[in-house]
Amino acid sequence: MLDKLLFGRYIQGDSFIHKMDPRAKLIGAFYFIVIIFLANNWETYLAMTLFTFLCVYLSGISLKVFLNGVKPLIWLIAFTVVLQILFTTGGETYFSWGIINITSFGLLNGAFIFMRFVLIIFMSTLLTLTTMPLSLTDAIETLLGPLKKWKMPVHEIALMLSIALRFVPTLMDEATKIMNAQRARGVDFGEGNIIQQMKAVTPILVPLFVSSFNRADELANAMEARGYQGGEGRTKYRQLKWQTRDTISMIGFVVLTALLILLRN
Amino acid sequence: MQEIIQLKNINFTYTEEDLRPALKDVSFSINKGEWIAIIGPNGSGKSTLAKTINGLVEAKSGEVIIGGTTLSEETVWEIRRKVGMVFQNPDNQFVGSTVQDDIAFGLENIGVPREEMIERVLASVEAVNMTGFIDKEPARLSGGQKQRVAIAGIIALAPDIIILDEATTMLDPKGRREVIETIQRIKKEQNLTVISITHDIDEAAKANRIFVMEAGELKQIGTPEEIFAVGADIIAMGLDIPFPEKLKYQLKRQGLEVPEEYLTEEGMVDWLWTLYSKM
Repeated sequence: MLDKLLFGRYIQGDSFIHKMDPRAKLIGAFYFIVIIFLANNWETYLAMTLFTFLCVYLSGISLKVFLNGVKPLIWLIAFTVVLQILFTTGGETYFSWGIINITSFGLLNGAFIFMRFVLIIFMSTLLTLTTMPLSLTDAIETLLGPLKKWKMPVHEIALMLSIALRFVPTLMDEATKIMNAQRARGVDFGEGNIIQQMKAVTPILVPLFVSSFNRADELANAMEARGYQGGEGRTKYRQLKWQTRDTISMIGFVVLTALLILLRN
Repeated sequence: MQEIIQLKNINFTYTEEDLRPALKDVSFSINKGEWIAIIGPNGSGKSTLAKTINGLVEAKSGEVIIGGTTLSEETVWEIRRKVGMVFQNPDNQFVGSTVQDDIAFGLENIGVPREEMIERVLASVEAVNMTGFIDKEPARLSGGQKQRVAIAGIIALAPDIIILDEATTMLDPKGRREVIETIQRIKKEQNLTVISITHDIDEAAKANRIFVMEAGELKQIGTPEEIFAVGADIIAMGLDIPFPEKLKYQLKRQGLEVPEEYLTEEGMVDWLWTLYSKM
C-alpha cells in the first residue's frame, strides 16, 4: 500500500518543468487549484484539461505515473461522483425513486467533479514528482518569508518540513520492519472486526513512536554537535533562481485565467 | 607534545537520585595528533564521556579544556567547532535531504559564505570518496556510505578533534574497514586528533593509546601492547581481545610455550615461523 503512495516521491529529470524555480511551481500548483473552481462548463474544463496535459507533456514523465497517482483515491472520487449523480435535482430527469434522482444536471455535475479531482491530483503530483522535497521546503520558506514580520517562526517551520520529508522513507522502512517483526510473533493485521483491527495496530504504533523519540533525540544531538544554533546567522547552501521560464509559466497561468473568465457562463 | 584535550575530575550523574554515577572522577589528557580508543562494556560511560567533551552533556563537577579553552556556557559553540562528532546510527544523524545538503548543514550553521561552502563540500566528498553520490538521498545509500557522508560533514568543518562514538558499530565488516581507512587517511593528512569509542577490538588495537572504562571509571590507560597483555582481565570485563591474543590463548591450552607480551598479527606470524624453524 505504501509503495503506491506518490506523495513526496521525486523523479529525477531534466525537463522544462524540472528546471523551473520551485517557488513558481508551488505558486502555480496552488493557483491552479484555486482557478479550477472558476470552470463551470465543458469549454472551461477542456481548457483546464489541455493546460494540464501540456504541463504533463513538458515534464517528460509518462502519463501512466500520473494515473497511478489517481488510483489510491479512486474510491473517494467514485463516492463523491455517485453522490452527485444520485442527489442532484434539476434539468431533465431520467430516473426517479424516492429522494434519488438521476438528472442531466446530476450527470453533468458528476462529470465536472470527476474532472476537478483528476486535474487537481495531476497538478499536485506534477509538483511533487518534479521538485525535490528540499527545494519545495526552500520555496515554502521564502514564500512564507514576509510572515516573519508577524513573529511567524518561518525558519523552524521550514526545517521541520525538510526533516519530516527526509524521514518519510526511513520511517516507512521502519514501519514495515516492525510490522513484519510483529507478524512473526503472531499479530494479525487487517483481520477481524474493526475493534480487533484497531487493537492490532497498537504493537506497530507504540514501537514506532518510541523509536521516533529516540531518533529525535539522536538527531538533535547530531545537529547540535555540528553547530546548529537556530535560524540566526545561518547561510544557505541552496539558492533559488527565478528564470525566464518561470516568468513564461506565470504568463501562461494569466492567459489561462483570462480564458476561463471569457469562457465560463 | 601539545596537549589538546584535558579532563580534570569529571563527575556526572543523569539524575539527582541516581546513586551510580555515569562518570566518576575521570581525568586524562590527550596530545595533539593522537589516536585514542576508548573501550569498555555497555553502560561503562564511554558515550557520556564523549558527550562531555563537546558539551552535549554538562558535567556535575570538573573541568574540560579543549585546545586551551575551558568548556563553559559561553565557550560551548567555540568548542563544538573544534570537536567534530560522528555518531553510531547513520540514519539518525543525516539531516539533509541529499548528500551535499547534509555536508553543507554544518557549514550553514556557522555562516560560511555560499561560494566557499560549495568548494568545501566538494573537497570533503572527495576526501571520503563519495564524489559520484553528491545528489543521492540517504534512503539510497548503504550504512557505510552514510557514515562516510557523516565524516565528510565533519571534516568540511575542519575540526581539530574527531570523536567517533561507536561510528562503526552498525556497519558490516566492509563498511567498517572503509570508514576506518577513511578516517586514518584524513587524520594523517590533517594532523587530527581522533577519539574512537568502539567495541571493535581490532580497531582499538590500531590506536596509539587505549582507555579502558568500567562503571563510569577510567580503569586503565595504556598502549594496545600494555592493555592486551593482560588479556584475562579484559575478558573478565566482558570485552573481546584481538585475534593474535586469542590464538595465543588457544596455543597455550594445547601446551605450547607462548610469549607473555602482546603480539600484533605480524608479530604473531614472525613468532610462529621462528617457532616452526626451531622445532
